[in-house]
Amino acid sequence: MSIDYYREGEPVADTKAPAGPIEQRWEKRRFSGRLVNPANRRKLRVIVVGTGLAGASAAATLGELGYRVANYCFQDSARRAHSIAAQGGINAAKNYRNDGDSVHRLFYDTVKGGDFRSRESNVHRLAEVSTEIIDQCVAQGVPFAREYGGLLDNRSFGGAQVSRTFYARGQTGQQLLLGAYQALQRQVAAGTVDLHTRHEMLELIVADGKARGIVVRDLVTGAISTEIADAVVLATGGYGNVFFLSTNAKGCNVTASWRAHRKGAYFANPCYTQIHPTCIPQSGDHQSKLTLMSESLRNDGRVWVPLRKGDDRSPADIPEAERDYYLERRYPAFGNLVPRDIASRAAKVVCDEGRGVGPGGLGVYLDFADAIKRLGKPAVEAKYGNLFDMYERITGENPYERPMRIYPAVHYTMGGLWVDYDLSSNIPGLFVTGEANFSDHGANRLGASALMQGLSDGYFVLPNTISDYLADGPFAPLDEDHEAVVAARKEVDDRIAFFLGNDGDRTVDSFHRELGKIMWEYCGMERTDEGLRKAIGLIRDLKAEFYKRVKVTGTAGELNQQLEKAGRVADFFELGELMCIDALHRTESCGGHFRAESQTEDGEAKRDDEHFSYVAAWEWGEDEPVLHKEALVFEYVKPTQRSYK
Amino acid sequence: MKLRLRIWRQSGADAKGRMVSYELDDVSEDASFLEMLDVLNERLIAEGEDPVAFDHDCREGICGACSLVIDGQPHGPQAATTTCQLHMRQFKDGDSIDVEPWRAGAFPVIKDLVVDRSAFDRIIQAGGYISAPTGTAPDAHAVPIPKQDADAAFSAAACIGCGACVAACPNGSGMLFMAAKMAHLGLVPQGQPERSTRVLGMVAAHDDAGFGGCTNVGECAAACPKEIGLDVIGQLNRDFRKAAIRAA
Repeated sequence: MSIDYYREGEPVADTKAPAGPIEQRWEKRRFSGRLVNPANRRKLRVIVVGTGLAGASAAATLGELGYRVANYCFQDSARRAHSIAAQGGINAAKNYRNDGDSVHRLFYDTVKGGDFRSRESNVHRLAEVSTEIIDQCVAQGVPFAREYGGLLDNRSFGGAQVSRTFYARGQTGQQLLLGAYQALQRQVAAGTVDLHTRHEMLELIVADGKARGIVVRDLVTGAISTEIADAVVLATGGYGNVFFLSTNAKGCNVTASWRAHRKGAYFANPCYTQIHPTCIPQSGDHQSKLTLMSESLRNDGRVWVPLRKGDDRSPADIPEAERDYYLERRYPAFGNLVPRDIASRAAKVVCDEGRGVGPGGLGVYLDFADAIKRLGKPAVEAKYGNLFDMYERITGENPYERPMRIYPAVHYTMGGLWVDYDLSSNIPGLFVTGEANFSDHGANRLGASALMQGLSDGYFVLPNTISDYLADGPFAPLDEDHEAVVAARKEVDDRIAFFLGNDGDRTVDSFHRELGKIMWEYCGMERTDEGLRKAIGLIRDLKAEFYKRVKVTGTAGELNQQLEKAGRVADFFELGELMCIDALHRTESCGGHFRAESQTEDGEAKRDDEHFSYVAAWEWGEDEPVLHKEALVFEYVKPTQRSYK
Repeated sequence: MKLRLRIWRQSGADAKGRMVSYELDDVSEDASFLEMLDVLNERLIAEGEDPVAFDHDCREGICGACSLVIDGQPHGPQAATTTCQLHMRQFKDGDSIDVEPWRAGAFPVIKDLVVDRSAFDRIIQAGGYISAPTGTAPDAHAVPIPKQDADAAFSAAACIGCGACVAACPNGSGMLFMAAKMAHLGLVPQGQPERSTRVLGMVAAHDDAGFGGCTNVGECAAACPKEIGLDVIGQLNRDFRKAAIRAA
């Protein structure tokens, strides 16, 4: 075992991105990729796991193209995937505002926003496709916000100086997902998609070097079954729930990705997590999740804390001169609209100084008094009414009268399974879309870009790239008694039998909470060499304790929510350790990854391009993980120190 | 606060269920209703009992998974609030609270408080969409939509598919859910070509799934956490008659 807990392997040889001028690469790839004749498509079976934006859009589109699709989700309906909760909006380089936006500017902003840790080719494609997404969604009837002339409205959003964000009140994710869900249901009715709800993928089947299927558990009956196909697409979302408390839905988990990782798929940049600055602070030990307040609120709300430490006066009693509008002070050009990572860390800094507000001093004010004075209460209500109502339901405080209290919380994970330009993992036949892959956001994702990426991958990229792989199919049938199938099933059966047979005395949630605290403390907003080493030790100890003491009630052959959770938490332990190892090895600060040892004199993140301008793609190893580096090349956007001052 | 809960326990779809009482001390008024159930479940597991199964996911009022009838009301006593957003400060120390699953013929119980709502998906499959295969769309600005129509379409589309309307209805009707989707798609120009086939298909799927008919009681709209109004049902009836006459 090495001192840094990993060893280094060969660099990643090829990302399959075409060469040549960047604006021609996607077209080039679409032309060079092989196609599948429409008559042959119905002979090809594709599994799509997940029904969020990236999964439902892919399954629907593949179905429309004539492939035979099997689509799985653990929720009781495809419509409930967590994309539904995205509030703010979706970016697109339409330049409907005539404010200087373009594909190139969206590309530039995304590369810069990602702190120069993403691939130029992928990001440019995302910016190109962004405009088609809006057209597609409008055609499906998505009720975007409109102006009185009947045209689409736009707003500026987190870190952007142009208005390129399309939105549907504070429920953009819901409306986009329902569009994709309805397209998916149309294909279910047409017979091209078999949809299996309340089914969870528990293992990937890799046979003869190719991803050929999955093992699933029917969450109602407990029955274990296998599904064999010509390709597998994972659209299973992010892993923010490793922190226990996050803005993710309770069911969000890493199991599908992690099982694939253990079967050989590289996991890239696991330490890149996004901590969202505007969430409702914790209220107590019972807390089960954290709720995001859309960052669109930062367009009109002003963030502040008392100037003086320990000032516990009611906010209304603190005069202007004794308030510190720290974002406006530190970042005059962007003010309250600085990117998420910067806003989050700034909140941590003032709270660490003892100037935080609310229970435990873990909160800052987001104040709408000026906006109400300037625009009037009705205008503020029209823009943010539903968010204000939600805040009041959760906290019991009225944000029209008293500033909101907010605090950062884990929201999104930029890391994920490694994919090439075609969204293929390093296992042939295994594709990964949406938040589950690592591809487009670098070390930090800009607001309103997650919806864009999920739909770009699912509607436009994957359906084009997967045909090049499927052109070699259909592959030889795989019997239930093939050794790869038998082995995968056995792994699932053994795990279930272990949990139910374990003579433990601690609940799954109690372990999950403890793991989450370790991750938040040492692998959260600020990371250090010492802290990360300590965390790795703590995680290993807790994991050993988990296997000794975890208690799962009930049986395998029924709806058993404890059993579901146990498997997910077991995988979170292994992921958490890899996140810490990744964070430990990357001694620079970049985007959402802030290493205290690497900061500028005024406390900003300091990148180290000389040593770390690469994607860290980790291969599973029984004793220790193996690092494969993919060098990042910047031909169009010159890496600079990000400045929002 | 101290609470007495009476919760519907049913070990499986075919098992007989019953109300079981639990006492909870020390419930925080800042906890959500589901967090209060989490606390109960942690205790039950520690005592070696089967925890209470309930559906939940986003816990921020948008996924539509949570589905409890609390003291006889779907999603409990607070207006325009899903169960996951209901907080214990809405209750008083010493309260006794009944917790039951959605009860409707079309939503059979799977276990405890978990029901099968797949009938809603089947209604959508029968026409709750606009046929717009990927890649075929014109520019998003090609067809302007009056703001008031877009806003009204959004309000109807805000339905989260939770099924509270069905649970509240004495007939177990899914009319509000179905009508909300039809109103959304019927208010945008892209939804017009399929308007007639949509209403006929969805109503047939609704009836096939075992939902009851609508007798204009209005409990559905009162229970809806997204405040979808009865006007959408009026529009559905009008569309249905027009389409049925044309089809005849």
